[in-house]
Amino acid sequence: MVRIALCFWLTATSALAGEIWVSNEKDDTISVIDEATLEVVRTIEVGERPRGITFSKDYKRLYLCASDSDTVQVIDPVTGKILHDLPSGEDPEQFILHPDNKHLYIANEDDAIATVVDVESRKVVAQIDVGIEPEGMAVSPDGSFAVVTSETTNMAHWIDTKSQKIVANTLVDQRPRHAEFTKDGDELWVSAEIGGTITVFDTDKKSEKAKINFEIKGIHPDRVQPVGFEMTADGKYVFVALGPANHVAVVDPKTYQVLDYILVGRRVWHMAFNGDQSRLFTTNGVSGDVTVIDVSNLKPLKTIKVGRFPWGAAYRPT
Amino acid sequence: MRAALIALWAIVQRETLRFVSQRGRLLAALVRPLVWLVVFAAGFRAALGLSITPPYQTYITYEIYIVPGLCGMVQLFNGMQSSLSLVYDREMGSMRLLLTSPLPRWWLLFCKLLAGTAISLVQVYAFLLVAFFMGIQFPLAGYLLALPALLVSGLMLGALGLLLSSAIKQLENFAGVMNFVIFPMFFLSTALYPLWKMADASTLLRDICAVNPFTQAVELIRFALYAEPNWIALSWTVLALIMFLGGSIWGYDPSKSMIARKSG
Repeated sequence: MVRIALCFWLTATSALAGEIWVSNEKDDTISVIDEATLEVVRTIEVGERPRGITFSKDYKRLYLCASDSDTVQVIDPVTGKILHDLPSGEDPEQFILHPDNKHLYIANEDDAIATVVDVESRKVVAQIDVGIEPEGMAVSPDGSFAVVTSETTNMAHWIDTKSQKIVANTLVDQRPRHAEFTKDGDELWVSAEIGGTITVFDTDKKSEKAKINFEIKGIHPDRVQPVGFEMTADGKYVFVALGPANHVAVVDPKTYQVLDYILVGRRVWHMAFNGDQSRLFTTNGVSGDVTVIDVSNLKPLKTIKVGRFPWGAAYRPT
Repeated sequence: MRAALIALWAIVQRETLRFVSQRGRLLAALVRPLVWLVVFAAGFRAALGLSITPPYQTYITYEIYIVPGLCGMVQLFNGMQSSLSLVYDREMGSMRLLLTSPLPRWWLLFCKLLAGTAISLVQVYAFLLVAFFMGIQFPLAGYLLALPALLVSGLMLGALGLLLSSAIKQLENFAGVMNFVIFPMFFLSTALYPLWKMADASTLLRDICAVNPFTQAVELIRFALYAEPNWIALSWTVLALIMFLGGSIWGYDPSKSMIARKSG
């Protein structure tokens, strides 16, 4: 009996064994949230204005865009120590790690370029001229395309990862902030902050397939500004951060219909799932906290205070 | 003992019959908080959420915030309505019939109080059911644990009504109760705004709200609906219940009471 109980307890606790790492833009720190207790367990000092944050595929390294330090920092997640910097180009904001776990595609907001860095040799492999103020970065699941969105040019630039050259440009709505491929690689989703939409592209044709609009009762349409979004692996939901609307939209990726709006903190920006995708952690910049959403019932569970202006989030199993 | 229980049963039955026969009463008890919920809450910037204060763990909309306060409002109105019926009973003479019973007067008053509270519980749960279908939902444990909290708050507010009825001679005077008891108690409480919001306007106002027994009753209900205890609110509510009940037992004692002095 005791063994069975112990077994249940171990299963229950191991199901929630991980951390959410949150970059705090104005504090120059990372807050580490324990997935089980939903409390901040560590605060790590990093470079200036940390924004984009992601782990290597084996979770042994953390890559962090320290935008005002003009570098990408590589951090040991166990010790929290900064190991070395990567040559990122000026003002790196967002990046994406290629499925080869070797090449980092970085958007350099001030220089209108995308920088490709080899994380092993720590050398710049390529610099590609893109539109003005590049921000969103995505790589197709098969690794053949990287996509950069430029905020001022209002375009998604498709880069062939073999030749490191732009092969197509597609217009999107005003101020595209974030891009993401679906798990099967058939679609590319791009959010437009001022346009207030998400545009869905057919990857093969590189043409628009659908457009998603958002409308929240009692909130002026100007405040509804889609920024970061995440897709569940089972293809059931896409969660979209709506910035100053203080809500996360839940979209059905099959019908492109908005299913629900979930109230979170002020100026919700980006988000990350935990390991089994049972919980979603959203970074709320202005209120300086992270809201935890229960994915099974689409309800907010708890809001956790972190540093000032949390920006990005990434999950790491422990 | 048996006689006491018979009296309790008879009084509860009488109050229930009265409640059932007044069909508009349940409707009125439901419509009042629902109007607040639908109209008043919508007028506020409901969509952007309120700051996090216990027992809330995350941001909530204004509709969610005011539901415990509206439960309190249902009980406050019910308590006052019960006291109104006592004044009516006195005028009609049925009160004399009740008080000639050989049972102790405090027991008769307590039975009356319990009967009124039981009716307020029915009203509150009916309101919570409607709110549930409007999408304002609480954890299941909250619905269960709200029962003892609502019982204590209902008794306290009913006892206040009892105390007032001992001091009011005529039905016509009841309008004053509305102006000087119900409105100040409701508006100077955390039913509509959290205490920190009151402190923004004035610290004196915040202090008045904090000592208002209705505030404590609302906070007791609010925490209970999230299956969390609030011992301070419970202590204040029980203390107020003892004071109001003691006062009304004294008020109804013919040898010392206000009734005797007034009629003599």
